[in-house]
Amino acid sequence: MRTRITFTKQGALRYIGHLDLHRLWERAIRRAELPLSYSQGFHPQPKISLAAALPLGFSSRAEVLDMRLNETLAPEEIQTRLKDNLPPDIKVTEVIEVEERLPALQTLVLSAAYDVHLTEPIEATELKRRVEETMNAESIMRERRGKAYDLRPLIEMMSVITQSDGRAWLKMTLAAREGATGRPDELLHVLGIEPETARVERTRLIFKE
Amino acid sequence: MFTPEQIESKLDRILLKVEKPGRYVGGELNSTLKDWDTAKTRVAFIFPDVYDIGVSNVGLKILYDQVNQREDALAERAYSPWFDMEALMREHGIPLYALESKRPLAGFDLIGFSLPYETLYTNALNILDLADIPVRALERDESHPIIIAGGHSTNNPEPMHAFIDAFVVGEGEEVIHDIINSLQKTEGKPREERLREFLNIPGVYVPRFYETTYMEDGTVEAIEPTIAEAPRVINKRIVAKLPPPPTKFIVPNIGVVHNRVSVEIMRGCTRGCRFCQAGMITRPVRERSVEEVVDAADAAVRSTGFEELALMSLSSSDYTYIKDLVSAISKRFEGRKLTVSLPSLRIESVSIDLMEMLKQHRSGGFTLAPEAASERMRRIINKFIPDEDIINTTREIYARGWTTIKLYFMIGHPSETLEDVQAIADLCKRVLAEGRKVAGWKVKLHAGVSTFVPKPQTPFQWVPCDTRDSILEKQALLKRELFKDRNIKLSWTKPDDTFVEAWLSRGDRRMAEVIYSAWKRGAKFDAWEEGRKFEIWSEAFNDHNLDYTFYTSRPRRTDEVFPWEHITAAVRKNFLFQDFRMSLEGQIRVDCRLNCFACGILPTFSNLRRENPGEGWKCPDVKSPARKVDVKLPVVGD
Repeated sequence: MRTRITFTKQGALRYIGHLDLHRLWERAIRRAELPLSYSQGFHPQPKISLAAALPLGFSSRAEVLDMRLNETLAPEEIQTRLKDNLPPDIKVTEVIEVEERLPALQTLVLSAAYDVHLTEPIEATELKRRVEETMNAESIMRERRGKAYDLRPLIEMMSVITQSDGRAWLKMTLAAREGATGRPDELLHVLGIEPETARVERTRLIFKE
Repeated sequence: MFTPEQIESKLDRILLKVEKPGRYVGGELNSTLKDWDTAKTRVAFIFPDVYDIGVSNVGLKILYDQVNQREDALAERAYSPWFDMEALMREHGIPLYALESKRPLAGFDLIGFSLPYETLYTNALNILDLADIPVRALERDESHPIIIAGGHSTNNPEPMHAFIDAFVVGEGEEVIHDIINSLQKTEGKPREERLREFLNIPGVYVPRFYETTYMEDGTVEAIEPTIAEAPRVINKRIVAKLPPPPTKFIVPNIGVVHNRVSVEIMRGCTRGCRFCQAGMITRPVRERSVEEVVDAADAAVRSTGFEELALMSLSSSDYTYIKDLVSAISKRFEGRKLTVSLPSLRIESVSIDLMEMLKQHRSGGFTLAPEAASERMRRIINKFIPDEDIINTTREIYARGWTTIKLYFMIGHPSETLEDVQAIADLCKRVLAEGRKVAGWKVKLHAGVSTFVPKPQTPFQWVPCDTRDSILEKQALLKRELFKDRNIKLSWTKPDDTFVEAWLSRGDRRMAEVIYSAWKRGAKFDAWEEGRKFEIWSEAFNDHNLDYTFYTSRPRRTDEVFPWEHITAAVRKNFLFQDFRMSLEGQIRVDCRLNCFACGILPTFSNLRRENPGEGWKCPDVKSPARKVDVKLPVVGD
């Protein structure tokens, strides 16, 4: 069976990278004694795929992975078995069965939504001005790993939320397609915010229907 | 002192700038976070090397569980931050903290260092400094944690005497409770008084209550207690029966060096190899039952999800029921994805059978440790294996499908000549040539040739290290002989590294000042390529007008008082000396399971042995107590 798991990644686990997270899940599934499928061949690989890499330091309320099991189990049973076998900063929020023949999970991701709180507050009107300026730009040329790219078309939505106490923070949705992924830290640079002074949390991954 | 919240928010600003931030955040499965306020004694255990090495240490895991099982205490962990993290912590004023609660180490009651090898010493000093705790024991006051240390290197604690409040000699499972109980009893009392109370605990050495005097030639004259309660000799602690092995190993969230479950199948070794400190100081041999090992391994694999199981001991082949154990393991884990490693196998075909039984769980090459290659040298070190056994065994290993064999040797054994070293090269070539006959040109050999360091509490404690010129000449010979063949890989130890290890393990109290100077000058991570700085150490010796060759390259007089004379692993100096004499004459001693040579373990622990008769120990039984009989004669006429 193919199962889709939605989970949170908080606290200490914010500092665990994509490959380590993959292995963490492989071990958790083994501890939960779920009948995980492996690929054939000389070096069998577990059939686990994570939807979209989460940059180091970000927390998430909704990471998604698909795994394949050799047997069919009730989703509730899977969730119960996983519960005590994960480190404290990962919590499973949903387990569902998905169509076996769907394309690979990574190819289904369209975009990702983030909340960005600032540890060094910026006044709300100033923040709004910067956001507007950015959204009005035709293009925003950036360079990453020696390659130039335009960040602007990767920003699907960005807005400033002002709390009743006057503190302002950001909500943003960025493209997360294979080969076209917007990184929140890049956008923060454009807004003149040091990424170390921001707490970024991924709130949702948006998939193709 | 910073709160955990303050430390966490400071960390958030720097963690993305360091390599592997996962080293510094905790949050691992099977780690234990207990309530701070209800614990009477808070202990931080420290392995003073990088997280990637330290997190898998089994010794500290045992103690961590022991303490966390108590209702009145808690234990947390810390490791050495890597260079990049240390620089940022100092820049941002972040004190070293424990991974579980993120509380500063300075806020704990007790800090316990594991010091299994000497190249961790400078890191231990650095950790105290990073934790804002005075590095020198005598500069600490009632506001600071008590600092203790244990591990094999404490068999000569003197080089670290100035920095550690109390050392534990021997096994820690029981003594850690004695220490915590003692601290609870003396709560609120002056520091000096609390440490004085430690003198009542067997196996604990409190260096401030001792004094060393020196002769004119710089050797030790005497080591004397300065107060009446301090025992003249500190005997190591042992447990009569190995307690249940830990199963809830910490599962790191990042890749580390050993991603595995380790189950100790046996403690101690009866072989008596004269170069081997572990073999001398971990006696007596105590075995766990097959059932206990297999059940623990199963529970540990289930609770961790690890891919590898290591069955730990100093000599797997000597475990009485090794065949039963291996077949039980192979049966229990049948069809499960698990690699099983079985270190330290004897050079005989039985070992290949054992490894074959683990075939579906096996990984990589086959490792054997002949240690020496000439018959003369094998007699000297008391590890006697005829060449033909080595050739026949390795040939069969290749024939049965292993393509790589790793052979461990040492150079620098006492009285070694170039001929003995040539024998290593010849043996390697012969092993490979014989392998080719049965398995063709694909066979490979890896020769790991380290340099011998004579260690305290061994029969070779009287001998010097080999000299730099001689080591280099021997290594040049090996390179010349073995580099020719592309299928032989040779690795060796740089003489600088050998000497650092040698003076740290053989030093007296004056070495403490050298360590302090070296650390002040930037020495740390001495076991790492990144940290090694021989020049720093040379300058540190100069600072104190000491010559390192005094510690490394000087044969000890037979009547010399060793800096570790007041510490004993219960193997008597007389026994060690007799064994040293035998080595000079090329006499070997057989496995002491066959014949007790009265090393000193039984008289020291006769009561323990009497209370624990039978198979548990591999020493002979102690029958009736050898008490002085004091019979009252009836008075005639009464």
